[in-house]
Amino acid sequence: MRSRETEQGSGATAGFLSLLLVILVVATVYIFAARIWPMPPSITRVGDWIDSQYRLTLWITGIIFVMAQLGLAWMVFRYRDHGQKVRFVRGSHVLEVIWTTATLVLFMALGAMAVHAWSQVHFVAPAPGALQIDVMAEQFTWNFRYAGPDGKFAPAEPKNYNDSLGNPFGIDPDSKDKDDIVSPILVVPVDQEVELRMESKDVIHDFYVRELRIKQDIVPGMIIPIHFTPRVIGRYELMCAQLCGMGHNRMHSYLEVVSETDFQKWLKQQEAENQQ
Amino acid sequence: MSAHAHPVTHHAGAPHGFIRRYIFSTDHKVIGVQYWFLALAAVTVGMVLSWLFRAHLAWPNLAIPGFNGVMRPEQYLALVTMHGTIMVFFVLTVAPQSGFGNYFLPIQIGADDMAFPTLNMISFWVTFVAFFVLIAAFFTTAGAPIGGWTSYPPLSAVGSIAGPGQGTGETLWVVSIALFCLASLLTALNFISTTIEMRAQGMSLMRMPLSVWGWFVTAVLGLLAFGVLLAACILLLLDRLALTSFFVPAGLVFSDTQPALAHAGGSPLLWEHLFWFFGHPEVYIAILPAMGITSHVLSNFSRKPIFGYKAMAYSLCAIGFLSFCVWGHHMFVSGMSPYSALAFSFLTLAIGVPSAIKTFNWLGTLWGGKIQFTTAMLFAIGFVSLFVTGGLSGLFLAQPSVDLPLHDTLFVIAHFHIVMGVAAIFGIFAGTYYWFPKIFGRKMNEKLGKTHFWITFAGAYLIFMPMHWMGIMGALRRYADASAAPYLQHMAPMEHFVTICAFITGAGQLLFYFNFFWSLRRGEKAGINPWHGTSLEWSIPSPPPHGNFLEVPRVYRGPYEYGVPGYEQDYLPQNLTPEQIAKAGS
Repeated sequence: MRSRETEQGSGATAGFLSLLLVILVVATVYIFAARIWPMPPSITRVGDWIDSQYRLTLWITGIIFVMAQLGLAWMVFRYRDHGQKVRFVRGSHVLEVIWTTATLVLFMALGAMAVHAWSQVHFVAPAPGALQIDVMAEQFTWNFRYAGPDGKFAPAEPKNYNDSLGNPFGIDPDSKDKDDIVSPILVVPVDQEVELRMESKDVIHDFYVRELRIKQDIVPGMIIPIHFTPRVIGRYELMCAQLCGMGHNRMHSYLEVVSETDFQKWLKQQEAENQQ
Repeated sequence: MSAHAHPVTHHAGAPHGFIRRYIFSTDHKVIGVQYWFLALAAVTVGMVLSWLFRAHLAWPNLAIPGFNGVMRPEQYLALVTMHGTIMVFFVLTVAPQSGFGNYFLPIQIGADDMAFPTLNMISFWVTFVAFFVLIAAFFTTAGAPIGGWTSYPPLSAVGSIAGPGQGTGETLWVVSIALFCLASLLTALNFISTTIEMRAQGMSLMRMPLSVWGWFVTAVLGLLAFGVLLAACILLLLDRLALTSFFVPAGLVFSDTQPALAHAGGSPLLWEHLFWFFGHPEVYIAILPAMGITSHVLSNFSRKPIFGYKAMAYSLCAIGFLSFCVWGHHMFVSGMSPYSALAFSFLTLAIGVPSAIKTFNWLGTLWGGKIQFTTAMLFAIGFVSLFVTGGLSGLFLAQPSVDLPLHDTLFVIAHFHIVMGVAAIFGIFAGTYYWFPKIFGRKMNEKLGKTHFWITFAGAYLIFMPMHWMGIMGALRRYADASAAPYLQHMAPMEHFVTICAFITGAGQLLFYFNFFWSLRRGEKAGINPWHGTSLEWSIPSPPPHGNFLEVPRVYRGPYEYGVPGYEQDYLPQNLTPEQIAKAGS
């Protein structure tokens, strides 16, 4: 009996399992610490706040991860059956209270610190001068609408939807405000707050730009607003992040953050195309 | 209600005839094994589906046999949808709860069967039918549904206009899940009644093995959660077939040439709330039985009592309760009120507390023990490692602001595969290697078992760790290929790596199949108590007879009396009388 148990407590098995756990820890820590596969840089202030909360969470979970996995590795090796007597213990009331309280305090504190970034995304209203852009998502394209030269959005209705005539928003063709600009890409000026009012024609889609750190479902039957202020000029990929059907992975566009001058130039160009 | 009021009543003799004994049996043990084999069939299908779509992700231009050339996006989405549905419902719910629970819950509490044996049989056969209704979706003209295992409307509610597979395929999906819910409700009822009413004399609640606690709390979750999903499925079916509008708002337009759909007044968010009200407890339905099994196995092979038994039992209850208060964390980006997101965030973080208690107590059980590395023990230790890793990534997703960049990326896929997928599967493997000798009278081969463990443990991490980083870099789930998104194309080497690891790990499972079927006939004979265990299943023959117990069992002590000082034998079975103990004492 003793020999069978000793075989089951084999040092080789214990050692190998411990080694695997150590490799797991070392590899994971290295990949995060060396920033081998990091998030792309954020281009908004809110994104920076989200990133700092992400980094805080990474530190806390990282420390727990290393301690728990290495602790497990150590115990597996140290307490393998090599004929020793067990340390008979049924538990410890004191320890239970300590670790319950400690995790409760730690997790609640983490949650409390995450509130700031979230409130900046959702509880703070956009400034009155924010650039308004309407978004119409549909299987499997993005459409963006700007108010046009008159600064007013024309009334739009589903009965006027006509993609083939370039009217995905259903803008009333008889309206005097029908000079709205409709674009398949989202072009915005740098350092200017933008408010998107997002709608979907058919199924749930999701507006996602990695560098904005924003993801927002667009639910048919609802108008969902989001706002952000991009601070870095560039061309960023805009994707649909909510499964919307067979063309989901092709529902792709761009967020182009340009200088104020380039933005005005782009608007003029669109107006000219509209009049043709 | 009292544990002492209902001594075991002996069954009439075992039924004769193959059909009554093995097909339409009311014996909980046969039903348990039936569920287990159903899960084995389902996991095999689910795994093969994952190989197919992993192959496509790694080599998007590869002609895959059976797909008439290169896999089309809708075929990819159908595979993903069916993989998720099969794994969550027919594997992770069926094996740990209905399979092991059916077999061992009555035995571990000293009962001769479930409270309602016929109902139990009906539950199994409804689940069986539900599985084939789901599989039938593959054979419809337009193929299986493409709406994901979460089946969000309007994609899932308006028929084939939303996409191929959303016609008959999606209807079959909804019917299958409704049947599954019905069966699971009945099973939950049965488990709860059995645990409350049929415990042997002396089997107080605080003497129940933690595996029983796991099944019991899971049954309570099942009773409350499956009813909600059943209702949601019926409403979705009505939206689809009777043109009601529970989940579909007005004015949906799918093409210029067709008028707006005739629906009006529904809300897609209603489905999301109902689905996740079920869906989050479902995560715990998969994992709680595995936690129970892991606790049971860890104590047995550490030759030590479980550390903090009461804390373990109470934390199971706490997790069960909190699991109903956190569904909104699946909906941080859904458009629901951002204020409620904060409440869901704190409640979700709170569920980390009882989860951490469990982890500390598992480590406390190993601490100072005398660890025997059976294959079952290796899988139980693997469970603890995976649960820690997958639990910690949950802390990111529990905070709405940090969830924003990570939601719907492969980070989420990695998180839930590690914590509820692979960890629960490790619980199933631990249970299988541990109880195989009891169920079939023979042990599984340990050498093959260990090799199986090394491949599966290393493989699980090699497959899912890279997905965390891909998600952090912005790789989205449910993307059939990266053709339209340049930044995704840079991740091709990681896709290759993950796919190759998935193939190798999948192939490693052949060792398990071989070991299982070989050991049925050739395994070493096990005897009554091969692991020197203490709970009641180790006091009866292997395999147990019809009616389980040769004499009415009586319980004298808790389930984890290992290494108690002062006794020659390092374990004290629950049914050992004080007189027998006195004789054994020094």
